[in-house]
Amino acid sequence: MGKRTIIPFGPQHPALPEPIHLDLEIEDEKVIRAVPSIGYVHRGLEKLVEKNDYQTMTYIMERVCGICSFGHSWGYCSAVEGLMDIEVPQRAEYLRTIFMELSRMHSHLLWLGLLADGMGFESLFMNCWRMRERILDIFERTTGGRVILSFTKVGGQHKDVPNDVLNDVVSILNGMKKELKCLTDVFIDDTSVRNRMIGVGILPHDETRKLGAVGPTARGSGVNNDQRSSDFGMYRDLGFEPIMDVQCDCYARCKVRVNEIYQSIGIIEKAVKGIPEGPVSVQFKGMPPVGECVVRIEQPRGEAFYYVRGNGTRYLDRARVRTPTNANIPALVKVLQGCDLNDVTMLVLTIDPCISCTER
Amino acid sequence: MATFKIGKVLLSSVFKKPSTRPYPAVEAKHTDATRGHVEIDQSRCILCGICSKKCPADAISVSKTDRTWIIQRMSCVQCGACVEACPKDCLIMKTDYTPPNVDKIVDTVVIKERAEN
Amino acid sequence: MTSYMTKEVAGLDRKDIMSKAEEMSDKGYRIIQMCATSKNGITDVLYSYGKDLDMEMYKVDVPEGVSLPSITSYFWSAFIFENEIHDLFDVKFTGSVLDYKGNFFKLSTKTPWKTVAKGGE
Repeated sequence: MGKRTIIPFGPQHPALPEPIHLDLEIEDEKVIRAVPSIGYVHRGLEKLVEKNDYQTMTYIMERVCGICSFGHSWGYCSAVEGLMDIEVPQRAEYLRTIFMELSRMHSHLLWLGLLADGMGFESLFMNCWRMRERILDIFERTTGGRVILSFTKVGGQHKDVPNDVLNDVVSILNGMKKELKCLTDVFIDDTSVRNRMIGVGILPHDETRKLGAVGPTARGSGVNNDQRSSDFGMYRDLGFEPIMDVQCDCYARCKVRVNEIYQSIGIIEKAVKGIPEGPVSVQFKGMPPVGECVVRIEQPRGEAFYYVRGNGTRYLDRARVRTPTNANIPALVKVLQGCDLNDVTMLVLTIDPCISCTER
Repeated sequence: MATFKIGKVLLSSVFKKPSTRPYPAVEAKHTDATRGHVEIDQSRCILCGICSKKCPADAISVSKTDRTWIIQRMSCVQCGACVEACPKDCLIMKTDYTPPNVDKIVDTVVIKERAEN
Repeated sequence: MTSYMTKEVAGLDRKDIMSKAEEMSDKGYRIIQMCATSKNGITDVLYSYGKDLDMEMYKVDVPEGVSLPSITSYFWSAFIFENEIHDLFDVKFTGSVLDYKGNFFKLSTKTPWKTVAKGGE
């Protein structure tokens, strides 16, 4: 019977992108239990519905997280549009889909860089982020912001993106493909990277389904709850198929995210070919009526849930976001039981934690 | 399976110039659409105060009695809500950022009385 | 197939929470989220269950000082939502498998989002 100690992991740790605290109870280098606790980035953003009307609340919802910012503004605006029965023009839906896929690409490239940094592979980390800079330049050129776009409002988009700019975007993405292949080959084929990931953090299929894990964390174990298969955005018209893997370990989840980057480039190309002409926003009158509306969209990390409740005035009663990391933390706690102490960094990074989303 | 697959990328980056800019020696890059800071055309302002109500960061305060429009530069998040909401279109979004500073800069603009026609 | 947007919320009685959780667990549903709203002292909790792309939602009214049964015996991952609702809105859950007793969310004031009924409305 070895000696049991408790090691505090976080909130400040070089491997973590955002602060979370885990109390690891270990016995001779094997983790017996992990107890999470959160609240270091809590800003109480949901309570600001009392002071800001439903249009200005978009700006606050965007700033919940820097990586998944566009998804939050789309989900919130979609929920208010559903509550007020506003129909958004087709061109706006196509633009929203294109920017969501660009957002997914930059989030996965960021995660690949963090994974390389967690392994100690600094030059791979910097090259991934160098690729990501091209996508942030696209954002700045079209919408005006690199990270927080402020592009979506209730009723459509703030401004239009002309077709020649969209064709430029597609040619930039196609030009990136060759260099992306050099980098993703390292994640898939390099011996030292594979040794750190294969067989680590096994999450069996039944447990994943019961714990309610979402996103690439679940798709790496063969559980599909990809919201892009439902009727949101233009994904059904563009012929979308979710990417799955059945190996259930860290390597499978890494492969799912790498393949999703290439899939996103394909979706953007198809969307730019088929985008119709027309207005990008619609005028409407009135206030949010008494009632509630729920919208679920697919963020880069998984399924996000948006709930709004109106009461007839300009100020909403409640706006709630449940982000994908919130649903993946129980999966993290289960995966940490029985692992080695030096695998803890890889396991925390493999669920792609976005703690500022979890705590709002 | 192979070892040192990153070799090709590393070797080529030895011979290329760096991807980063030596800011502030070189100006920060921006495009025509960049949201940098907000400026007011004071000849058109009617001191209605709508920009102050719409601001999500509470950065603007308008005083009708003193005829001033005050913005706290370090609180402004450059979202553009005030620019859209202004009924007289006197707020403009410029493309260069407020430079870093040790004090919290507050800009006060006095709106002059207009001669009645 | 349910759409990504829905407005249907069914009402649920407090005594049916455990039987509904058992029914959903047997059918293979997962818990998507639990959300509490508090306005003028009236609190209610919204439960969402989902399977593949379908979703069902139930709303439970919580009078002042009443505690709800915990569904963590059927859905272990509900501990996150229950502890968060307890720390922010002061709604107590009995019989939880993983109870942090108020230490899950690090806050400077206790139960900041709980409202009290306005007098004389």
